[in-house]
Amino acid sequence: MNKPLIYALLLSILMVAAPHAEHLPPWVSALCAALLVWRAYLTRIGGALPKRWLLTAITFAGAGAILIEFHTLFGREAGVTLLILLTALKFMELRSPRDATVLIYLACFIVITNFFYSQSIPTALYMLATLLVIVTTWVQLNGQSIALKPRLKIAATLLLQALPLTLVLFVLFPRVQGPLWGLPQDAFASSGLSDNMAPGSISRLSLSDEVAFRVVYAGPPPRREQMYWRGPVLWLFDGRTWTPGRTARTIAPEFTNLAQPIDYSVTLEPHNKTWLFALDVPDRLSVAADLTHDFQIVRKEPLKARLRYDARSHLAYRANLRESEQQIQRALQLPRALNPRAQRLAGQWRTEGANDAAVTQAALAYFNRENFSYTLEPPLLTGMNNIDEFLFESREGFCEHYAGSFVFLMRAAHIPARVVTGYQGGEYNEVGGYYIVRQSDAHAWAEVWLSGQGWVRIDPTAAIAPTRIERNLAAAVPDNAALPFMARSAPQWLRDLRLNWDAVANRWNQWVLGYNSELQFAFLTRLGMEDITWQKLALNMTFVLGLVVATFALFMLRHLYTQRPDKVQAAWLRLCSRLAKAGLPRAPHEGAQDYAARVAAARPDLAEAFRDLATRYSALRYGGEPDEQARQMFLQRAATFKVRQGIIRAS
Amino acid sequence: MLTALRLRFNIWLFRPKVESGTVVLTQRRIFILPTRQGLAMALLLALMLLGDINYNLSLGYVLTFLLAMMAVMSMLHAFRNLAHLEVRAGRADAVFCGETARFMLHFRNPGTLARYQLVLRHENGGTVTFDAPAQQDSEVAFPLAATRRGWLQPGRLTLYTEFPLGLFHAWSYLHFDMRCLVYPQPVEEAALPPSDAPDGAGKRSVAGDDDFAGLRVYTAGDALPRIAWKAYARERGLQVKQFAMQVGEELWLDFDSAPEPDTEGKLAHMTRWVLDAEAQGLRYGLKLPDGELPPGDGPAHRDECLRRIALFGLPK
Repeated sequence: MNKPLIYALLLSILMVAAPHAEHLPPWVSALCAALLVWRAYLTRIGGALPKRWLLTAITFAGAGAILIEFHTLFGREAGVTLLILLTALKFMELRSPRDATVLIYLACFIVITNFFYSQSIPTALYMLATLLVIVTTWVQLNGQSIALKPRLKIAATLLLQALPLTLVLFVLFPRVQGPLWGLPQDAFASSGLSDNMAPGSISRLSLSDEVAFRVVYAGPPPRREQMYWRGPVLWLFDGRTWTPGRTARTIAPEFTNLAQPIDYSVTLEPHNKTWLFALDVPDRLSVAADLTHDFQIVRKEPLKARLRYDARSHLAYRANLRESEQQIQRALQLPRALNPRAQRLAGQWRTEGANDAAVTQAALAYFNRENFSYTLEPPLLTGMNNIDEFLFESREGFCEHYAGSFVFLMRAAHIPARVVTGYQGGEYNEVGGYYIVRQSDAHAWAEVWLSGQGWVRIDPTAAIAPTRIERNLAAAVPDNAALPFMARSAPQWLRDLRLNWDAVANRWNQWVLGYNSELQFAFLTRLGMEDITWQKLALNMTFVLGLVVATFALFMLRHLYTQRPDKVQAAWLRLCSRLAKAGLPRAPHEGAQDYAARVAAARPDLAEAFRDLATRYSALRYGGEPDEQARQMFLQRAATFKVRQGIIRAS
Repeated sequence: MLTALRLRFNIWLFRPKVESGTVVLTQRRIFILPTRQGLAMALLLALMLLGDINYNLSLGYVLTFLLAMMAVMSMLHAFRNLAHLEVRAGRADAVFCGETARFMLHFRNPGTLARYQLVLRHENGGTVTFDAPAQQDSEVAFPLAATRRGWLQPGRLTLYTEFPLGLFHAWSYLHFDMRCLVYPQPVEEAALPPSDAPDGAGKRSVAGDDDFAGLRVYTAGDALPRIAWKAYARERGLQVKQFAMQVGEELWLDFDSAPEPDTEGKLAHMTRWVLDAEAQGLRYGLKLPDGELPPGDGPAHRDECLRRIALFGLPK
């Protein structure tokens, strides 16, 4: 094991494991880094590797600590952590080429674990670069004497040749829809909305650039203030947190007076939750899911892969004109002991207002009239009566504060109400012709039940910061707010750049990451393939692969025959033709020496020089082992040989 | 029956016959099979594929396919690393028993592609690793321990490569009619037998300074005053004048007078005699039970004597 190989292996593992540092426990990252540095140091000074008992001790201690940290050694997080720790430890007993092979294989395997966390284009490119480093190291392992440049060339050749073959396999390999066995619970990270709402939960989301979903409208898009993507509906309030509460007996929702239909398709990023998002009230959906009594779309399984679905919604509707007594009671639930001032204020409106609609108007007017402000960084509300604190003291809040306190006020005024969370708005991408809805578009609003009208959406945020609804978050908060990069108002070129990028990312998501058995079927059918079965796919795949490999073989084996053009003979033949022009052609049977003798007799001025050339030529051509210096000398003299003067110019 | 068939198959496939001249490693001569690491890689790829399917990892599929296709292409690269190399057997200088014989093999790479990590392996497990740069001849010495006097034949050598990824083992058999003469290992020390020729009768000439004895081709290191400049002027090339002087005596090295009881011991003894006699500049002859060699001297005579001793009693 020479030093450069060990350094190359260290670099490979470092590159492949570095992206994991983001989610590994800090002590594991630190331990692995320390092990790698230790190995680099030992290699540098030529020190002996640590004793086996020490490594065994570190291994068991590390595994024990991981067990304590994760409560398991299996599953995604713990498994990846263990794998990386063991890889770093393997370095400390790297002695033979066999150990090096194991490390190379481990590096390849760690590449794949990175895709659990990200499959974006930058990740793919980074991993491709990493793979090049790994393969170069691999070649080095099998040929330690080879210089970096030819090594890199061989590795790059292998990679480049494998790319078209990979494309063939990717398209034609018979796809099986996973999973084959139960996925561990932590297989996918969850981000985005959760099924509860407390002060701060949505404003925290608004700091994230992550895409929640993308929407393509079949017709003209609705107005911005109609783009309410409904998510979890929250009924139960405990004084601080809103939760869905216990789901009551499910009764199918009833819609009447449906109008303004709109068709669209949504590509939803996996969020590891069961709900899907739709505009107001959906009545058609291309995937299997249920519509609950409070108009949520819920799947049976949490969403673990990107999902594209078509839907139709109505933006004008009457929903549940008749509501069951049980639901009405749920919508009036209130912790009576808390927030007395808010309850008094609601009672006051109740006595003043003629009907429910008037009370809601009074509440909105209150938000509008009093000095409320919309901010991403509201002061922390710590007391038991935090709605009182918000309504009468701080008066600074984000949408969850407004939605929560509004529903509280409504319930206190005996109007059935609930909190709805979801997303509002989105950014139009002219390049791809679709809307991007990000986590920063997360929103919360209220729905109240009014007799004769059913459930009606009321967004108190619109009363305080109408720009949030009509334009976007960036327009609604002060310029210096800590907004995510993407949500900020940016110069036009930057906007264009990121919209272009998002369009590419969208293609990537749909065609590369989303390529499954259905898409494969659709794609190949469009290419003209009929009756697609896996046998047929396998046959086609083998055939195309064979064709490509054969083509490569043809090109690769070509350079093996190439003969070095014999410069010596070419120079000799040139000499002969020059002499032929001067009237002294060489007879076909004539050997070099005989020819030289004849030339010498005819042209005494050339005799010495040409005899010398002929002698040298014979020696080079028939004299056994060629001598490079003699060859160069002959070539030089032949080039400077002049027929007319017969003078050898000394160089 | 089956073993006979297998033997016939092996004979047909591997053509185990002794060759001479230049051998070109054509496609017919190169065999290829996955190595243990190759099989381990296949297992790893199968595991990865299962993971991809289970977790629906699109980029996982890409990586798995990429690695698999690189493995496939590495098979072609391994084959190419051997294909169309030209090999011929070179000389093998005689050695003494107990030394290491070096069989020279000449490899010519006619293509524009460098060949890396070629390995020559003997059946006894000894290997030599070398590279064959593009459009060049490379000379490789294959060492083999000489353990018995007589002819040493390396038999069949295997030329293989696992470059570039170590996943495939491409090999070819080289069975040249190479042999190396092994002299017996001389005994440590042995007094020369007494000279039986009258004084002065058996003088012989050794390199010295007295008389002009002819010309020989110049070799690097010869003293300048000895260069035959006249011959050079006549375009006969650089030559050196040689001088000689008359020294020494004549003696017979007799198989029967060697003190050892056994044949091998006697031969070892005689080997020492030949070396010492030559070193002392004596004229010496050889008497073996199967014939004798008249007295003479010089490296050629010594080599002939050693050769007779080395091959004594061995089947032709």
